Amino acid sequence: MITAEIPVHRRTHTGTPSVLGRRAFVDQIMGMPISIHVRATEPARPDIAAAADRVFAHLRKVDEVFSTWRADSDLLRLQHAEIGTDEVHPWLAEVVEICLLAEERTDGLFAAWRSRPGGRTVFDPTGVVKGWAVVGAAAHLETVPEIAWCLGAGGDIAVGTGRRMHDAAPVWRIGIEDPRDRRRIADVVSVTRGGIATSGAAARGAHVVDPATGRGISRPGSATVIGPDLMWADIWATAAYVDPSAAARLLEDRDPAYELRRH
Amino acid sequence: MRRITLWMLSTISALVLLFSYHTSTNATSKTSIVAPQTGTDTATAGAGTTSAAGTTSATGSAVTTTDSSAGSSSSASASSGAASSGAASSGAASSGTSTAATTIDGDVVSTRYGNVQVQITVAGGKITHSVVLQVPWNNPKDQQINSRAVPVLNAEAVDAQSAQIDMVSGATYTSEAYLQSLQSAIDKAHL
Repeated sequence: MITAEIPVHRRTHTGTPSVLGRRAFVDQIMGMPISIHVRATEPARPDIAAAADRVFAHLRKVDEVFSTWRADSDLLRLQHAEIGTDEVHPWLAEVVEICLLAEERTDGLFAAWRSRPGGRTVFDPTGVVKGWAVVGAAAHLETVPEIAWCLGAGGDIAVGTGRRMHDAAPVWRIGIEDPRDRRRIADVVSVTRGGIATSGAAARGAHVVDPATGRGISRPGSATVIGPDLMWADIWATAAYVDPSAAARLLEDRDPAYELRRH
Repeated sequence: MRRITLWMLSTISALVLLFSYHTSTNATSKTSIVAPQTGTDTATAGAGTTSAAGTTSATGSAVTTTDSSAGSSSSASASSGAASSGAASSGAASSGTSTAATTIDGDVVSTRYGNVQVQITVAGGKITHSVVLQVPWNNPKDQQINSRAVPVLNAEAVDAQSAQIDMVSGATYTSEAYLQSLQSAIDKAHL
């Protein structure tokens, strides 16, 4: 393992500055790069590497259950009626609950159920699963003492600390990609804890579906939502890409802790 | 200091492996492009040697006779890839005494148009220099686009880090795109 420690100064509550080193772990899961960056006074600690392994393992398990690319995932076997609802992983029920809640909270701007042209309704929770999975995986970092972490999953980012770091959480600078020119950074947000999610068509084309029309949206621009929880930031970012003005209104009304930035 | 030495050794071996891999599998469309950065303050020796590496591997498929004027630099031209990697890391080592500049190669990212790979030089916790090691270079149109785009991309990589960015949020990207290659190089700087 290659280790390079880059010092970051922070001030503890006692006022004495201490130096935080930094370490990154990267893996490719669910077809996207997962980056874990950890800051700690001793970044080479084995318990940090062990926690990173658990994060990756958690995400691999989520992929096994929810992948829409693997025919043996619980989700696809359920869709193909190969197994019943009583045989699937309990995570499916949890995600169904979140999808219902998200649909209600966004007034249907976010929708996991879609009717196909033939009239059959299809349940596609992928809009929720990524944010939900990253938040679940990050729990493995929250128990590690005296670290700060930043967990990126294909453009969505969760930031937080482990135990005994609440007074001295360092700031992470998150660049928001310019949707018109993906080589550029349009904006920079400083975060100590919370989530950042961006929704747009720049990377994968029209993959966000407008529940009102059932069609993919290929409008230019992107919507970024910053807030306490990555899963909800992700849901609101999707809603805001579908209908920016309606989502901005709803957000102010129902979830004022979340901030919408359009680019 | 011992850790730095170990790190250097591992970088050298990684580079040797990396370069030898490409020369063996990707010989038909070997694309190494180096656009020296203007206004970079560190590792000029490293930049010089990497550009030498770029030219040797770029012309390696076409040039068969080695009795050219540059014969002195590539004395043992049995494997140009290994020679160039050695040169690149020695450049980093020479500057390592003052600012501990290190050169890190990002992952090779396959896009539907071809492979993309970025190399960055980190000194004092910041990217001071970036080089695109590979871009698609298969047809005249690629070459026309890339000869213009690559220097721009290099500048962007340095700009992004000059703002000290830890991570990039954007529309979900899959395992393709330059930015990911840049993110992977940033990741590796902290591995």
